[in-house]
Amino acid sequence: MRVRLRVNGAERQVDVEPRVTLLDALREVIGLTGTKKGCDRGECGACTVHVNGRRIDACMTLAVMHEGDEITTIEGLDHPVQRAFLEHDAFQCGFCTPGQLMSAAACLAEGHTGSDAEIREWMSGNTCRCAAYPHIVAAVREVAGRA
Amino acid sequence: MTARTRVDGWAKVTGAARYAADHRLDNLAHAVLVTSTVPAGRIAELDVTEAERAPGALAVITHRNAPRLSPAGDFYVQTVLPLQDDLIRYEGEPVAVVVADRLERAGEAAALVRVTYETAPATVELDDALPDAYRLGAYFEPITSSVGDVAAGLERADVVVERTYTTAARHHSTMEPSATLAEWRDGMLTLYDATQGVFNVRDAVCAALDLPADRVRVIAEYVGGGFGCKGFVWPHQLIAPMAARTVGGAVKLVLTRAQTFTSHGYQPPTRQTVTLGAARDGRLTAIRHTSVNSTSTYADHLEMAAICSRAMYACPAIETDHLLAPVSTVLPTPMRAPSDGPGMVALESAMDELAYELDIDPVELRLRNYAERDPTKGRPFSSKALRACYAEGARRFGWADRPMRPGALRDGNDLVGWGMASATMATFAAPASARVSIDADGRVLVEAGSQEIGTGTRTVLCQLAAEALGCPPERVTIRLGDTTLPPTGMTAGSSTTMSVGSAVQLAARSLRTKLASMALAEGDAPAELARLDGDALVVEGAPRTPLRELIGDDPVGAEASWSPSTADVSMHTFGAVFAEVRIDADLCLPRVSRLVGVYSAGRIVNPLTARSQMIGGMTWGIGQALLERSPVDRRLGRFVNKNLAGYLVPVNADVPELDASFVDEHDEHAGTVGGRGIGELGAVGVGPAIANAVFHATGTRIRGLPIAPETLLRGDGDGRD
Ligand code: FES
Ligand code: FES
Repeated sequence: MRVRLRVNGAERQVDVEPRVTLLDALREVIGLTGTKKGCDRGECGACTVHVNGRRIDACMTLAVMHEGDEITTIEGLDHPVQRAFLEHDAFQCGFCTPGQLMSAAACLAEGHTGSDAEIREWMSGNTCRCAAYPHIVAAVREVAGRA
Repeated sequence: MTARTRVDGWAKVTGAARYAADHRLDNLAHAVLVTSTVPAGRIAELDVTEAERAPGALAVITHRNAPRLSPAGDFYVQTVLPLQDDLIRYEGEPVAVVVADRLERAGEAAALVRVTYETAPATVELDDALPDAYRLGAYFEPITSSVGDVAAGLERADVVVERTYTTAARHHSTMEPSATLAEWRDGMLTLYDATQGVFNVRDAVCAALDLPADRVRVIAEYVGGGFGCKGFVWPHQLIAPMAARTVGGAVKLVLTRAQTFTSHGYQPPTRQTVTLGAARDGRLTAIRHTSVNSTSTYADHLEMAAICSRAMYACPAIETDHLLAPVSTVLPTPMRAPSDGPGMVALESAMDELAYELDIDPVELRLRNYAERDPTKGRPFSSKALRACYAEGARRFGWADRPMRPGALRDGNDLVGWGMASATMATFAAPASARVSIDADGRVLVEAGSQEIGTGTRTVLCQLAAEALGCPPERVTIRLGDTTLPPTGMTAGSSTTMSVGSAVQLAARSLRTKLASMALAEGDAPAELARLDGDALVVEGAPRTPLRELIGDDPVGAEASWSPSTADVSMHTFGAVFAEVRIDADLCLPRVSRLVGVYSAGRIVNPLTARSQMIGGMTWGIGQALLERSPVDRRLGRFVNKNLAGYLVPVNADVPELDASFVDEHDEHAGTVGGRGIGELGAVGVGPAIANAVFHATGTRIRGLPIAPETLLRGDGDGRD
């Protein structure tokens, strides 16, 4: 099936079977491998992207459901929280990081940053086995202007 | 030294960092594993006709048509080679691999492989296997140890505490599932692999496929966490190249999350018994520590849980022993922190119990038994500042205000408890080599085969090279993770900074010597004479020389190797951990509200990345204490929670602000770096500190980790499933 997506501002026509997830379409068909597959089951958040400005797990949705949708991946993100992650060392291996950043940017836009507890709660859909959590909170807190 | 942000940080925050499964190769086919659904027996029927006919299918490889493999060498600890016979030794063992042009088609074809099994009776639960426990002949350390007379020490003791503790089976659960891309072209095999040891993989693949070392190249530019499961070599790393050779091209094999639970080991559950004898004043008269852990039916992995008791406390009589009990699950393997991690759960819980028997403050009890020398080896420690850790940790935590009596700190509906434990980790090091070169513009390139798995290796090596050369770190580029680079050991045992760091510093030093000799036009000028200053070399006794005049189009380089010395010291890292837990009195839900860790590890090269290592490790301790376990089902013969919804790893909301710090220290025995490894230390001691805090909150002693709400509700003090 042909589906038309806008990915990071660019028009993309992709030819995928209906069973192909948005995640696999991004990684395997379009070749944007910044978005990661940690579980393929909506449990880890490594595949988080923005669809029309909202954060979702790209492994939990099919590419063909997104005709005309605006998709932003880590490759298309340009947000101060990226530098904040770098400065606070909010990652180690970096594998969960694209998902964390997409989530963090959305968390900030949603305004779920009123307290550290609120940031922790709203960033808990993104697992980090390296466990950079306190540094992730610090980075988000700083960008939220509470540092 | 100074805190520096990661040199590969920008690549990681922009999605540019490429992990194994991110590499794009021409005509890349996809491989999907089919794995056994029973724990023991043999394949009865195997029908691949539908799979072979599936759209896009390129190959279906089973034990019937797989190429014959040769033994894969020492790093292939699994020993059993994949797809070579019809026997089943554990649930999750590969029985077929299907290759197709697209991922979804490979998945579909894999689902069409029909397998039935003749199931054999299997033991999967450690407790059921205890009657078959056996003692190994040899391991990296002696299996048993004995100093002094433990029986006499216990006889003489005023108080004896003898308790059994259990730790659960746990899984590494790296966020990056293991992945191997294998490309077979013109008789050359290139692997992009998620590994902690590119050379291990190369050697195993060469041995298994009968290829010379120069025909196989293994690359691991970025690795999405390892924690032990990517250290040794496992079946999928042989299957991917086998599949690539069969189809004559490039094949990508990525494990599913469920397969990661059965494909590259796990931390085995332990049953440990600790016996402590002490005089009234708290001084230990005897320690006996024995441990048994599960292993597979076909190969051995020993969790040396009792080794911590060989070095931790000054005591005239210490005995340790380790046993293995075989079960029909995949072979266990080291997991952050191996041996000392589970071992200190038992020793430090027992010390807390002893403190209560004697009514001595837990910190004070440890100070009264402080080991100035390794009590088993009789050697001095290379460096140890644990006293300072206890003092500083207690100060930061506010330990002096702790009432000894359990249940005394209630806050509203929360039962509050304060507990502490020591941490220790045996220090490992491995031979390593490195090359450092400089071009005419003063750009430095450091090359070593070693891997960056998230520990900060690239950044720390950059700092160490810059320090040794006397140039700003910005001028240094690091190349790692490739078997064409100078050989190093695997990224394991917290060994990399000391081992590879020393090799890099020695190479940098010899480069300085080379440059000084070139500038002075005489042989073997001492390295100390030369110093880099931008794109010039400053040598005492010679005019300032622009590098352009010394170096032509080709950079000048030097290579060096470093090996651990056999100095007569005992090398360990240490720490003191203090925990506060809050337990909802009705729900029995335990939460960590404060955690303080102060560590003695020698020199810290980069305080920023080192802090990340420690808070990461401490969070692993929270997981060990409260969340992580992989129960097996006796009827199904398998791990039951093979996903991240059932296997609970800590998430952001589980982790409070963590207070991690180091005492100022330099270890002259720790290579040229002066620092011991810290990658695993943070994960030690937190589990028992939390368990001790739970006792302090509730008065109930839980002797099995993790401490789940249901254990506390039952209040039976036994965490086993
Ligand atoms: S890969 Fe989508 S949530 Fe884990
Ligand atoms: S940085 Fe490694 S999993 Fe988050």
